[in-house]
Amino acid sequence: MEFLHTLLDSTLIPLVPETWHSWTYLTVETLVKIVVILTPLLLTVAYVTYAERKVIGYIQSRIGPNRVGPRGWLQPIADAVKLVFKEIVIPTGANRFLFIIAPILSIAPSLAAWAVIPFSDYLVLADINAGLLYILALTSLAVYGVIIAGWASNSKYAFLGAMRSAAQIVAYEIAMGFALVGVLIAAGSLNLGDIVIAQRGTLLHWFWLPLLPLCVVYFISGVAETNRAPFDVAEGESEIVAGFHVEYSGMAFSVFFMAEYANMIMIAALTAIMFFGGWLSPFPEFIPVLGEPSLFWLLLKISFFLFLFLWFRATFPRYRYDQIMRLGWKIFIPITIVWLIVAALFVILQLPPWFD
Amino acid sequence: MQAIRNYIQSLFLWELLKGMRLTGKHLFKRKITVQYPEDKTPQSPRFRGLHALRRYPNGEERCIACKLCEAICPAVAITIDSIQREDGSRRTSRYEIDLTKCIFCGFCEESCPVDSIVETRIFEYHGEKRGDLLMTKEKLLETGDRYEQQIAEDRTRDAMYR
Repeated sequence: MEFLHTLLDSTLIPLVPETWHSWTYLTVETLVKIVVILTPLLLTVAYVTYAERKVIGYIQSRIGPNRVGPRGWLQPIADAVKLVFKEIVIPTGANRFLFIIAPILSIAPSLAAWAVIPFSDYLVLADINAGLLYILALTSLAVYGVIIAGWASNSKYAFLGAMRSAAQIVAYEIAMGFALVGVLIAAGSLNLGDIVIAQRGTLLHWFWLPLLPLCVVYFISGVAETNRAPFDVAEGESEIVAGFHVEYSGMAFSVFFMAEYANMIMIAALTAIMFFGGWLSPFPEFIPVLGEPSLFWLLLKISFFLFLFLWFRATFPRYRYDQIMRLGWKIFIPITIVWLIVAALFVILQLPPWFD
Repeated sequence: MQAIRNYIQSLFLWELLKGMRLTGKHLFKRKITVQYPEDKTPQSPRFRGLHALRRYPNGEERCIACKLCEAICPAVAITIDSIQREDGSRRTSRYEIDLTKCIFCGFCEESCPVDSIVETRIFEYHGEKRGDLLMTKEKLLETGDRYEQQIAEDRTRDAMYR
């Protein structure tokens, strides 16, 4: 940041009026931070697609993409180039404005939510106190993209996909919200950084142990929220062709997928932060190097949960629609409500080693 | 009792974890992908690929225009016209197989009384313009001439099972 300030002092600052100086610093600083967060994120999105094809391939005794570049490393680049040069077809009878704005509405919240994700105790773009609320609000917003896409396409399949997605998100959003309330009770803060700090200690001090049912419910609801297999009824290739994005092609189509993968990474990051101690090390602090909290641990945890996403997809067939509803309303919501009370009791009793 | 056990098992996602263990094992299994252009799977001598018309060792074409193959072809892909040659024998003036219709069932080969029409091991071919996949008599004879050794070898190897 020091370097940035000196750079600004010599270039931009002399050009703007005195009263705007602090604003200029803040704007440029924030823009730089956004670039620093989003560039690795979008690269990860590209390579998660590659990892997905590889992992699923390996699980199915295949080897996955291996032709483009060494071991197929350039495959996502090739895919991106192909999609960029494809035509974006806007169907007749589609609402042009909504049709075009839908993918943007879908990706914007999933990128914006990264603003409050703490990468270490000081590396966070916006250290706001209502971080958890912000996350909840933005993850719920992402479904608008899907619904508007399905509605604006003027296609029966797309509409069916959007309707399925809407009902599913409503069901799982509640379970997800309740799971987060559990975290809120346990940590006593809405600030994501404080939530991580509340889990300080070793592997056993993290919230996954006292909040185990909430943790499982949160992650599974997260899979449902991102419309990933086995909850991908909104796409449902074998039933409704491609669901909400059936009419989309080229870059508009790929933006939906970027949003889906960015959401996946987000859910993985949030699970890591709220239940698995974020950047904290699983080892006790007196062990040199391994015991130190660092960004590395967070990335490791995120990768693990991302791998779980792929593993799920390779293992489970798609849920039937009524089974999804049953799971959401009749199992997850009761479990979370019960465990909220249990968690509250834990906190009141100051149960060691978590809440003493 | 059983009902309670089932309920608890489903609550703790027991079956799902079992499924994940299975796929997790497969993650580390040996991969069976054949890297196609470099590696190829072994072929049987009975492989039914591109068609060919064979000749006798003296150069005389085998086909006697009996039209059995045309009659048996379930996809109606074979068209034959016959004439009488100067020496009085019946020969084909036209022998065409439309590969876009052909289903590679091998009935033509089975029905042939003189082992003239055969299906070879060749399966890597393509057409770039209309008509490329309409195999005329000349094309079929040329394939037969070029791969005669392989064709004969495959027939001998399979003969004992016929």
